[in-house]
Amino acid sequence: MNNGTAKVEYVSYLQHKGKFKGLFSWIFATDHKRIALLYLYAIATFFFIGAILGLMMRFELIAPGETIMKPQTYNGVFTVHGIIMIFMVVIPGLSAVFGNFFLPILIGAKDVAFPKLNLFSWWIFIFGSILAVASQFLRTGPPDTGWTFYAPYSTSTGTSVIMATTAAFVLGFSSILTGLNFIVTIHRMRAPGMKFFSMPLFPWSIYATAWIQLLATPIVGITLLMLIAERLFGIGFFNPELGGDPVLFQHLFWIYSHPAVYIMILPAMGVITEIIPTFCQRKVYGYKAIAFSSIAIAGVGFLVWGHHMYTSGMSENARWFFSLLTFIVAVPSAIKVFNWLATMYKGSIDIKPPFLFALSFIFLFLIGGLTGLLLGSVATNIQVHDTSFVVAHFHYIIFGGMGFAFFAAIHYWLPKMYGKMYNFRRATIAWAIIFVGFNLLYFPQFIIGIQGMPRRYFDYLPQFQPAQVISTIGGIILISGFILMVYNLVMGVRKGAPAPANPWGGSTLEWQIPSPPPVENFDEAPVIKQNPYDYK
Amino acid sequence: MSETETHLEEHRDDEASKLGMWLFIFTELLLFGGLFLVYSIYRAQYPANFHEASLELSVTIGAINTIVLLFSSMTIAMALTAMQKGNKKLTLRLIAVTLLMAVVFLVNKYFEWGAKFEHGLYPGSDLMPLLERGHLLYFSLYFFMTGLHALHIIIGMILLLVVYFKVKNGSIHIERFVLLENGALYWHLVDLIWIFLFPLLYLIT
Repeated sequence: MNNGTAKVEYVSYLQHKGKFKGLFSWIFATDHKRIALLYLYAIATFFFIGAILGLMMRFELIAPGETIMKPQTYNGVFTVHGIIMIFMVVIPGLSAVFGNFFLPILIGAKDVAFPKLNLFSWWIFIFGSILAVASQFLRTGPPDTGWTFYAPYSTSTGTSVIMATTAAFVLGFSSILTGLNFIVTIHRMRAPGMKFFSMPLFPWSIYATAWIQLLATPIVGITLLMLIAERLFGIGFFNPELGGDPVLFQHLFWIYSHPAVYIMILPAMGVITEIIPTFCQRKVYGYKAIAFSSIAIAGVGFLVWGHHMYTSGMSENARWFFSLLTFIVAVPSAIKVFNWLATMYKGSIDIKPPFLFALSFIFLFLIGGLTGLLLGSVATNIQVHDTSFVVAHFHYIIFGGMGFAFFAAIHYWLPKMYGKMYNFRRATIAWAIIFVGFNLLYFPQFIIGIQGMPRRYFDYLPQFQPAQVISTIGGIILISGFILMVYNLVMGVRKGAPAPANPWGGSTLEWQIPSPPPVENFDEAPVIKQNPYDYK
Repeated sequence: MSETETHLEEHRDDEASKLGMWLFIFTELLLFGGLFLVYSIYRAQYPANFHEASLELSVTIGAINTIVLLFSSMTIAMALTAMQKGNKKLTLRLIAVTLLMAVVFLVNKYFEWGAKFEHGLYPGSDLMPLLERGHLLYFSLYFFMTGLHALHIIIGMILLLVVYFKVKNGSIHIERFVLLENGALYWHLVDLIWIFLFPLLYLIT
């Protein structure tokens, strides 16, 4: 193992034999790479449960009136769809899977700072997820508040809100511990010679994200605890009948939940920033601007929560101020987009599946971002507030953004993670189906949203039916695209050709080690002398 | 032993452990920060009610508990110094005193809460909804904040118990005491939060 000249026999983390065998060698593993795969399998499962619930909603909305379920069931379905997708898929998604797997490798470390805590976070995540899913099956019925748990409805409805909020609290705790672990890892474990400004940009985005996880999550934690206490003991913090203030709940909730949007999108931007230089063989344009814009988004993201509450009763000054701050977030986001485009300029562009997903990310993120401006300004917000326009907007950002970045990341890094290649042709077809299905599903909702179709409604006026039918068809296309994509990836992992160490000609550290990586990532600690994006 | 385990053993970074603890302490402060925010809003909304309700609390009991906690913070700090000087016996004694103080605090709290319960003042009682709105919110906050704080005392006690037995069996020693240091940091946090709760609930009237 010590002589690094000849082709050394190495043990990959997949074959490595630890203290335990079989399943236990995974669920008790402290190796960050194995934990990343545990998260991947768990999150992929939850994603499909959430997607099926989403499809059920689409079928319900294919015609006015009752189609396949009762109104109360519909309320339960959209609530649980939201809880699963937000708390169990998109918030942990990129940072828990790819952050865990690639953050230590990208900074030249052997593991995260606290490997046992890392495993513990996964266990808490699974425990919280079980609680969330179990809230479905209690006798009191699934929670019907929407994933936002707005008081005072959530304190008075008879459904199993306590179970669901406890689940969100537990999942938040897992998120805090993951963020804490990453911050310490980045501060203490960078390879010799790697300064903060010679770190690749995905770790930068994970770093900004980790601070939001750490600083925002406790606030929703205490809010959910207050809500639980209110339900259990009839305390009146958020109940106007008992002297409390329901708008206070919204403030506390969005102080976390708006920054949570950036927990979802920042790592996604980080992934895109890794993919674009590799497939254009270009040095990333404006390295420092991208690094700082991550921090700026994280910082300003704490100050914009009020834009969810223009119609809840706020002072005129608060409204224009929140509107202004919301517009300011667009600046660092746009810096990133322009830098990606500038990186592509005069690059030798190699159109492969990860790059296609990255490009569609930019496209969908732009639509999501520009419609966000309509929601961020008070006047237009009041027109489209709580309509399906909002639904379309946040699906473009969260799903078109975080989701597509996730697909891009899995296509980009799968050869490294498993040491196997997938079929490019099938991946490209799957991408095309997903892209078309996505736009067909969500774009019509912008239009009917402006026309006045409210969100969360079980029934609607007949004039909205054509758009709803198109949406539902889009949903079916989207699901079939997923099935093809997952089939292709699974087949790749099981039967694909062995992947070379550096299939895309990348220059960051993960491509300098064999695929799949050895147990301790690096046989010798790498010494960093140049910038991470060492192209022409 | 496999390679992973050996590298876990080899890899030791006390600075990282301390940084991790400090970050965790930030999150705890923010958790209570949310409650302080709610407190300040309702205090501003119902100043007269808050004034009247806060007179119900016994400043004496609160003050005793403050002293008890400050004393325990001192003993745990001394335990750390004793460990740094390699005096295991003294360390164990000082941790035990700290734990004893924590018990005294909880017993005191038990009597304080018990007195309120006897008057029918507790969340979910029949009396509470009949109170004026500001009174109701004040007592709800009082029970929620001191209850959450007491829960943190218990968590801190469990942590210090683990530390105690690790010192006893020698896995925390003069060369390696970061867990004791982190336990002490957590204990100071619990103390610090009380230092804010005491004036907010008992002293400002």
